[in-house]
Amino acid sequence: MRTLLGTTALALVLLTASQADAYTAYVSNEKGNTVSVIDLDKMEVTATVPVGERPRGIIMSGDKKQVYICTSDADHIEVLDTESLKVVRTFNSGPDPELFTLSPDGKTLFVANEDNNMVTVLDTSSGDVASEIPVGTEPEGMGVSPDGKWLVNTSETTSMAHFIDTSSLEVVDSVLVDTRPRFARFTPDGSQVWVSSEVGGTVAVIDVATRKILKKIEFAVQGLRKETIQPVGIVITPDGKTAFVALGPGNRIAVIDTASYEVKDYLLVGQRVWQLALTPDAKLLLSANGESNDVSVIDVDKLKVLKSIPVGELPWGVAIK
Amino acid sequence: MTGGAALPRGIGAGIVLFLAFFISIVSPRFIGGCNDARADTTPLKISIGYISEAIPEPDPLSLVEIVPKDKGLAGVHLGIEDNNTTGKFLKQTYEVTEKVIPQGGDLHAAAQALATAGIKLIIADLTADRLLELAGFPEMQDAVILDIRTQDDRLRLTDCRANVFHMMPNRAMKADALAQFLISKQWMKWVLIEGSNPDDKLYADAIRRAAKRYKGDIVEERSYTFTAGSRRTDTGQAQVRKQMTELTQRLPDYDVMIVADESEVFGDYLPYRTWDPRPVVGTQGLVPTAWHRSQEQWGATQIQRRFIKLAGRPMLERDYTGWMAARAFGESVTRISTADPKAMRDYMLSDQFELAAFKGQGLTFRHWDQQLREPILLASPLMLVSVSPQEGFLHERTPLDTLGYDLPDSQCKLNP
Repeated sequence: MRTLLGTTALALVLLTASQADAYTAYVSNEKGNTVSVIDLDKMEVTATVPVGERPRGIIMSGDKKQVYICTSDADHIEVLDTESLKVVRTFNSGPDPELFTLSPDGKTLFVANEDNNMVTVLDTSSGDVASEIPVGTEPEGMGVSPDGKWLVNTSETTSMAHFIDTSSLEVVDSVLVDTRPRFARFTPDGSQVWVSSEVGGTVAVIDVATRKILKKIEFAVQGLRKETIQPVGIVITPDGKTAFVALGPGNRIAVIDTASYEVKDYLLVGQRVWQLALTPDAKLLLSANGESNDVSVIDVDKLKVLKSIPVGELPWGVAIK
Repeated sequence: MTGGAALPRGIGAGIVLFLAFFISIVSPRFIGGCNDARADTTPLKISIGYISEAIPEPDPLSLVEIVPKDKGLAGVHLGIEDNNTTGKFLKQTYEVTEKVIPQGGDLHAAAQALATAGIKLIIADLTADRLLELAGFPEMQDAVILDIRTQDDRLRLTDCRANVFHMMPNRAMKADALAQFLISKQWMKWVLIEGSNPDDKLYADAIRRAAKRYKGDIVEERSYTFTAGSRRTDTGQAQVRKQMTELTQRLPDYDVMIVADESEVFGDYLPYRTWDPRPVVGTQGLVPTAWHRSQEQWGATQIQRRFIKLAGRPMLERDYTGWMAARAFGESVTRISTADPKAMRDYMLSDQFELAAFKGQGLTFRHWDQQLREPILLASPLMLVSVSPQEGFLHERTPLDTLGYDLPDSQCKLNP
């Protein structure tokens, strides 16, 4: 029965996926020092590329021809060419880059440097450091607004979301959130930024115009202790209606209705689910499950986990082209 | 918003604290939750006192181990630095006044000096008796003292004090953490080797208590007197091996050897030199501890690196409790926008308080004895091996309360 269901589901995905472009996912494996390349038509790993030490943050370049990877212990950012699957360049990012975000025009990378309490601003064409912005202790989450005017950085020990004006490159406001904020994601209309607090166990929805917290979303899963629910990665569908929040050692992804802020469902995925990514057509959601060394593929419309794809050691993040 | 904004700028810490005291009475803003999460940017200077006594501590047996002179204090410094990084967004500045008295020196004078300067937020790096002395001084009655050093169970039981919070886990917590691990490994039969210092007996007592709680079987106990005052050099190894083999021969069948040697005078000589091939755990070998330099889970790599950069050495357990103490003060001030000791104490005991300390969950205080609940690491000399509470040890409140003295077992009922 299970196999039959699985096969049907898989066939359905193959059908859906083949109608669109063939998507490729790139998964950073923090402990394996590799990037797994997944063909989303075939739903399998087609290549494993060795990269620098401790790859974590991973993101597509503006032209989708390259993948930027924070190789944290190598203290730089590597640029992986999607054709040759070779590292073609490195950016001097400042020490211990963990997470970054790309400006909507693709020209600037904003990098969180955990070790020196800085956000580094990198020019993607020259590879030069354009600026450094002092922020709180252990900067981590990075989100940029769709119009590119706001950058939000979260600092973990400081428990703040810092609002940075991307023209002046200065922190203009800081919003106190629950402990250990991990990730920041703007809604597609740019009116809100969602910030996950790993230890606090909540997601704060912050109004960008007033920088006030509109709602703190809490999570509860029957049979799970509160402290095992640790929100980390967030994605929001392009229509702005649904948010997905990875719950870390809670091993689930929360599905949230953005209008009511209500949690509609919890999808059981792999262990220590960390970062998430949507396919460009927003039909599939991928999650990096650190401790089970796999990636879950979720049908966004049906809210069903379709498949688990084994990848390298300790998958951290996903980028999809 | 509260009246905090009315405070004059650039005024001395004492007056700010004094005013803050009244503000907190009028409007304890954390009660009922504060929906406005915009950072309060009323300038505030937070003065913290660090108080210690220069007692010589024995050097570790191994020449590989570092001999730090600023154990504890270096962690406090890092915590203050972290607080100031956060503080710059809130116009809050943190400073620490250090009072390290000579051995047997005048503790009261040091406490008075801090109190006169208006400093009532205290980080105490003192032994048990000295800590009790400090807690009893009239000037300290309205202070908040964070204990970063003592492991004595009695300070969480009959000798608990309302103005003292404990950041360091006590021996019972550590022994329970170790026992849970041994039980989960099915290593049920234990031999207990006890050193001759008074603290060794307290550690052994905690192991005996844990054996009873978790059905461990102490098949034999032995004591050992060792008087070497310095680290071994040259050809000591042959003699040491012979001594340890003799100490551990003709024992009944057992699974694991537990050593109680808090002053580190012989425990490190036990592994590989026992008569039977058995693992050594306890104060040496596999050690239950609040912190270990190999701990990299839950983002800990960052604090390990930050500490090494600051102190030029790895972070030790007492540095970690020192860091936690400074952060507990900082976290409270950030959330309630006052440094008034009474408000801080209330906040730290409230449901809102939560300290993120690289243990994968927010840490809180037990209201009955003001001991911080914390997962305990189990580490071999170079590696993190496990973290207790172990899977399956359950508790109605939180699994963390399976470690140490739970409310029904405690004679201390500070905040009923």
